[in-house]
Amino acid sequence: MCGTCGCDSPQTATTRRLELHQGLLSRNDAQAAANRAHFRRHGLRTLNLLSAPGSGKTALLEQLARRWPRPPIGVIVGDLATDNDARRLQAAGARAVQIRTGDLCHLDAALVDRAFAQLDCRGIDLLVIENVGNLVCPTAFDLGEERRIAILSVTEGEDKPLKYPALFRSADAVLINKSDLADAVGFDRRSAIANLQAIAPQAELFELSARSGDGLDALIAWIDTGSNTSSCS
Amino acid sequence: MHELALIQEVCALAQHAAREQGASSIHRLELRIGSLGGVDPEALRQAFAVVSASDPWRHTELALEVVPTRCFCADCRQAFSPVDVIHACPRCGQLASQVIAGRELELVALEVS
Repeated sequence: MCGTCGCDSPQTATTRRLELHQGLLSRNDAQAAANRAHFRRHGLRTLNLLSAPGSGKTALLEQLARRWPRPPIGVIVGDLATDNDARRLQAAGARAVQIRTGDLCHLDAALVDRAFAQLDCRGIDLLVIENVGNLVCPTAFDLGEERRIAILSVTEGEDKPLKYPALFRSADAVLINKSDLADAVGFDRRSAIANLQAIAPQAELFELSARSGDGLDALIAWIDTGSNTSSCS
Repeated sequence: MHELALIQEVCALAQHAAREQGASSIHRLELRIGSLGGVDPEALRQAFAVVSASDPWRHTELALEVVPTRCFCADCRQAFSPVDVIHACPRCGQLASQVIAGRELELVALEVS
């Protein structure tokens, strides 16, 4: 009997150790780096948008599609089962490609690469990747974006950043959305901002309402800062 | 449950490395998981239990080393272990922007034959 695992093999296997020190996400990271280079060649500014379900990602993108100074914007949208979001975004003037993730709880760089191949990016200088609504799983996956935006809506409570620190810590900007509902839900704005500044001191903060459009101009100016002027041809 | 996707990736990386080295069995997988890596060690063990219910992983052991978070305070010029999710220096109270350990997600080594 094999001395290692108890199988019926007559030989006694000699085990040896292989040192690998390989990143678990090394293949995703390599694809993300290729995506990043690909997006740059097309003159695209790219954003990865992350939040819980229902915090207003699609509503925000509808506003962005209408207000972006050089329309249309491109959107790759991840959703578990439907293409409702893509249709909403197309109605707002965006060029949107849907990734139906099935049971997958996050987008990865290979999925984004395949979706990007379906997007007609001529005349587009802004590409937003709307991630699957989830505050945990998408955090670890680089998609090749330039900047990452996390949304906290006032209806979720001011302690969300303390419960899901990894996501907020990875963000270049955090949006406090649904500001028009803050009073109605008793949102403690000072505590939310203190929590965000403690968890994510690197992130720019924006307070806005994707529904009314309040506060969107500042966000659009931030997104536009340093953006590439050449667009995809 | 991105832990299942991660474990499948670990298995693919391990099988590739083992094949390259002419090994036919993988007896042990050693992973290093930082506490800031966004990966739950228990969920990772459960995901591996699903995978190792069938061949060729039935006899493979999964060893997880969880790496605690360490930060560096630029003002005090000292490393510290944060007491909670807020990375405040215990000496001066400043928020540290520099994480020096805890982001690891690494397949460290295999034992093969």
